Amino acid sequence: MTVTRREALGLAVGGVAALTTLRFSAPALATGNAVEEAIMKFTGGVKPGEGDITIGAPEIAENGNTVPIDVSAPGAASIMLLAAGNPSPGVATFHFSALSGAQEAKTRIRLAKTQDIIAVAKMQDGSAITTKRSVKVTIGGCGG
Amino acid sequence: MKRTVSLLVGGLFCSAISTAAIADDGRELVIDGQTIATTAPVPDDHPLDEIISGWRFRSAETQALQMDDFENPAFVAIEYAEELWETPAGASNQSCADCHGDADSFTGLRAKLPRWNEEMGKPATLEMLINASIETHQGAKPWKWESAEMLAMTALIGLQSRGMAVAMETDGPMTDWIKKGEELYYTRIGQLDIACANCHEDNYGNMIRADHLSQGQVNGFPVYRLKWGSLGSIHRRFKGCMDQVRAEPYKRGSDEFIALEAYVVSRGMGLSVETPSVRN
Amino acid sequence: MAKVKPRVKVPKKASPNEVVTIKTLISHPMESGQRKDKKTGEIIPRKIINKFSASFNGEPVFMADIEPSVSANPYIEFQMRVPESGAVRFEWTDDDGSVYDLEKKIKVA
Repeated sequence: MTVTRREALGLAVGGVAALTTLRFSAPALATGNAVEEAIMKFTGGVKPGEGDITIGAPEIAENGNTVPIDVSAPGAASIMLLAAGNPSPGVATFHFSALSGAQEAKTRIRLAKTQDIIAVAKMQDGSAITTKRSVKVTIGGCGG
Repeated sequence: MKRTVSLLVGGLFCSAISTAAIADDGRELVIDGQTIATTAPVPDDHPLDEIISGWRFRSAETQALQMDDFENPAFVAIEYAEELWETPAGASNQSCADCHGDADSFTGLRAKLPRWNEEMGKPATLEMLINASIETHQGAKPWKWESAEMLAMTALIGLQSRGMAVAMETDGPMTDWIKKGEELYYTRIGQLDIACANCHEDNYGNMIRADHLSQGQVNGFPVYRLKWGSLGSIHRRFKGCMDQVRAEPYKRGSDEFIALEAYVVSRGMGLSVETPSVRN
Repeated sequence: MAKVKPRVKVPKKASPNEVVTIKTLISHPMESGQRKDKKTGEIIPRKIINKFSASFNGEPVFMADIEPSVSANPYIEFQMRVPESGAVRFEWTDDDGSVYDLEKKIKVA
């Protein structure tokens, strides 16, 4: 292949311009505030403490489009999952019943970048517990 | 001057390649109790020292998605294809099932493709064979290469050969096509001046930025790619690579891609058909 | 995929009060409402499965409120206690108001 110097410069400038545009057109990411608000709305104002709640997720996700994740909180009535680094933090809320065999669920989620996954469980007694887990998202995805 | 700049651009791209952090841990691919070979014996004069399925280059989470036919999202397409299989179409008002019975009548086919086709005057891929049957037998409108219908049907027919060793004919009129594909494989192209071989032969197992480079084997196609969120054909993947090195991609179904498919298949003989596989 | 299609994996048999794993998947693009059409530059409107529910002989078992951060072809797995023979009913609700459903029988012996 042959690229003239002018073309190479053009490419480089184009690249920078594209990056810049991307930066500014990217939707605002969820702020700490949005996460806080979602939690308070979910628990009805109860500040969640620590407890028996776990998140299972890969340490490094090969592709942010489909990240397998599971969550478990024995004794929970509902569990809310949040992705603090996504454009909006809500992911899913699971509701359990007397016929639930366990207070756990598994799903696949989208992560816009490396970030914390937060799980909050509303317990049957009205209390709330929370945990978080960091998932690294690689930016690769060779090939269109 | 021109040469210097092209080297510089190529150099930048190569500097993105680094040694892998992920070692191949020799995990085995077992689906429904069936062990599927993810390596193959290397014949003499083969360009690679080892033949390894792309599955082995993926993370445990991605690998797991292929190990259970329910968790593998491609199986939604398989169910769709099973409906299409039974649906009459075209002037004949016949379904695939009317002539071919069950889809398992095509057991072994995927492992032999592409295969020389005298009527077409070229090697036939699975897509080409399906469309030939739709046109001549059903008298219906052929499917687009990357349509949901074609992807689903190639997945269903390919699944019938899952676990069988890839065994394409390489002699006779196939020889010239494989040779043409080999030329394409080793020819540097695009603004980044990269050949297939630069990534998939010289650097498989290494990281290109955050991606773990495989040998680019095609034994699992159509593949469900997490990045696409859907199935995609071998030729879509070829096009993606060409886009990535800033080349003008050939068209799906073009003679160039048919030749390249035949050559890439010849590099992975003995690997098991994994259709429909799951990759990142 | 060409159309929205649910799949579920439910054991056909269970012993009384056995806890079984239920896997569900529905083919759906889960359009997040944040992507732009490459040609027109317009935002592609949000269209997701926003709710999933499972019930057994009319009694609720499990429910999920779903946001756009759930991947395309949403996959949900949960545990269910099987008190008696009966049918599990699954429902997925789309933003456009459509409801996709499926029913599977479990025999308790």
